[in-house]
Amino acid sequence: MRRAELVMALVMAAFSAYLMWKSTELPIGWIPDEGPGGGAFSFWLAAVMLISCIAILIRWVRRTSPVAQSTEPYMDRQSLVLIAIVAGSLTAMIALIHVVGAYLAVALFLVFYVRFLGRHSWRVTLALAVGTPIFTFFFFDVNLRIFLPKGITEPLFYPLYEIFL
Amino acid sequence: MEILGHLLDGFAIAFEFQNLLLVIIGVTVGLFVGAMPGLGSVNGVAILLPVTFAVPPTGAIIFLAAIYYGAMYGGAISSIMLGIPGASTAVATTFDGRPLALQGKADHALIAAATASFAGGTISVILFTLFAPPLAAVALAFGSPEIFALMMLAFATFIGLGSDDIPKTIFSICIGLVLSTVGYDVISGEPRLLFLDITGFLHGINFLVLAIGIYGIGEMLWTIETSQGKMTVSQATLSISRFFDGMRKLTGSIKTMLMGSFLGYFVGILPAAGATPGSLMAYGVAKTMAKDPASYGKGNVDGVVAPEAANNAASTGSMLPMITLGIPGSPTTAILLGGMVIWGLEPGPRMFIEQTEFVWGLIGSLYVANLFSVIINLAFIPVFLWVLRLPFTILAPMIFVACVIGGFAPIQDMHDVWLMLIFGVVGYLMRKLDYPMAPAVLAIVLGPLAEPALRQSLLISDGSFAIFFERPISGGIMAVTIFVFVLPIYRAIRTRLRGSSAGGAA
Repeated sequence: MRRAELVMALVMAAFSAYLMWKSTELPIGWIPDEGPGGGAFSFWLAAVMLISCIAILIRWVRRTSPVAQSTEPYMDRQSLVLIAIVAGSLTAMIALIHVVGAYLAVALFLVFYVRFLGRHSWRVTLALAVGTPIFTFFFFDVNLRIFLPKGITEPLFYPLYEIFL
Repeated sequence: MEILGHLLDGFAIAFEFQNLLLVIIGVTVGLFVGAMPGLGSVNGVAILLPVTFAVPPTGAIIFLAAIYYGAMYGGAISSIMLGIPGASTAVATTFDGRPLALQGKADHALIAAATASFAGGTISVILFTLFAPPLAAVALAFGSPEIFALMMLAFATFIGLGSDDIPKTIFSICIGLVLSTVGYDVISGEPRLLFLDITGFLHGINFLVLAIGIYGIGEMLWTIETSQGKMTVSQATLSISRFFDGMRKLTGSIKTMLMGSFLGYFVGILPAAGATPGSLMAYGVAKTMAKDPASYGKGNVDGVVAPEAANNAASTGSMLPMITLGIPGSPTTAILLGGMVIWGLEPGPRMFIEQTEFVWGLIGSLYVANLFSVIINLAFIPVFLWVLRLPFTILAPMIFVACVIGGFAPIQDMHDVWLMLIFGVVGYLMRKLDYPMAPAVLAIVLGPLAEPALRQSLLISDGSFAIFFERPISGGIMAVTIFVFVLPIYRAIRTRLRGSSAGGAA
């Protein structure tokens, strides 16, 4: 826990400094008749972020915050594996959307999660993996005209567009 | 009397077929969301906001407010039946609700929770109806300095009244505000803060991307990690005679119900407080007021009544500043406020003049939502018990899918989906280290309103910050802000002084 607290504070301090530097691309000072420049607001806020991070670091050194005193591990091994699998499959789904489109990616994700992580029957798995994309298609593509990405599966949807749009 | 006329109009809108349907669906979804451990009103509202693009703004807010309400009722179900709060707002309900369930009186606890929620909801909506129009009328006179001062007050409450680590709270507020400035500078029209010069940042960071990231993906990861253990659902026996028996026993709890409702309402108005501390406070007050405080925690019905009345009242209370001032009173109302901007409305006191249908339709629907919540809640208790047995390995992937599609829908850019994933994972990692997330969500919603208010104020005063203190109303608000801000410093000094004198005596 202590190491995680330190790493997070350092990363966030670096991020704050980056934000301050990035804000200076626009004027951060006073422009006559225009008021504060476009970068001023974010510059000073990022400065406060940096100060907060320094305060967190001071509390870490002096061990005054509960997290800085904690000797428990940040994450035990079992949770780490579980979270990594979940976050990994989620990342894979989003990456797949670019290639095979949202509908196939969602179906694959559900098959993986429900069948292999959840160990549910194939019947439940397929009902969800087929039902969810169909429902989504009618709600978003047909009803709202918000077209989800199709990737290489786009041609498969032409007949559906013909019928429903 | 003018209020009564508007209220009747509001009822007429709420009873339109489509809106009534939306209330019923919203309440049912809310009950479900509230009952599921790991999901609360804020998660439901964030994940389902993109769905509301299908209906006009009035219908959309009615639907989301109904979810908010339903979730407050639903939270009690898992608190009582599982001993795990369905949402943080129902934590206090577990104290006595769980013992009651273990004694075989789960049905009494559920009836008490639903009835108390109804009382809390109804009393607070009446208060809301009376308070909102005059407050909005006062707020009409507010200029940029007053609006900015109000926002400062909203943020100060997180620091002064919140229980989180102070540097981390400040960090959370500032990062939310900075993220809201990404995109184009509204005044000079120049692009700014495009991280790594990725063009996807040109359209800014939509608050929904952060909200769904944190309350959808982050929350799911959190729940997956913490709920690895098994849960056991208590048995509830329900029959008509037991139902009336339970209702009759509640007559002794009317005083507690009233106390919880009023307390919850006023606590709910404060941005950092809201339903969770409101319900905990109501529990504490009920215990101190009681003739037999020792029975609390061992299955006293009043211990269920007080927090449940308070959390519903608080959810209404948090809508008061949202609708009258444009300052959200809770994370959930922050998302509702952001939704209004997406639907093309301009939140603030002028809504009472320009968007009467929207405002009064919402208020009317709150009465209706309350009625349906209590009916659906009591009628479908067996269904909700069945839902609680739904394996998380089915619910979680469905929610992840809803998050991904919901993150894409507002601007239809995959860039947002990736960003949402990053916010979700980083938010989850930070939350494990006690970084509070609600201030950041509130800040990213308020940021686009706070920055212009600040810049215009400074332009009026030619760069002097004194403007916030010289004008009477903003000066008053700033005085309260500073008071709230220094509260924790004062408390820290006092405990330190006491600590050292105690040490000296020893």
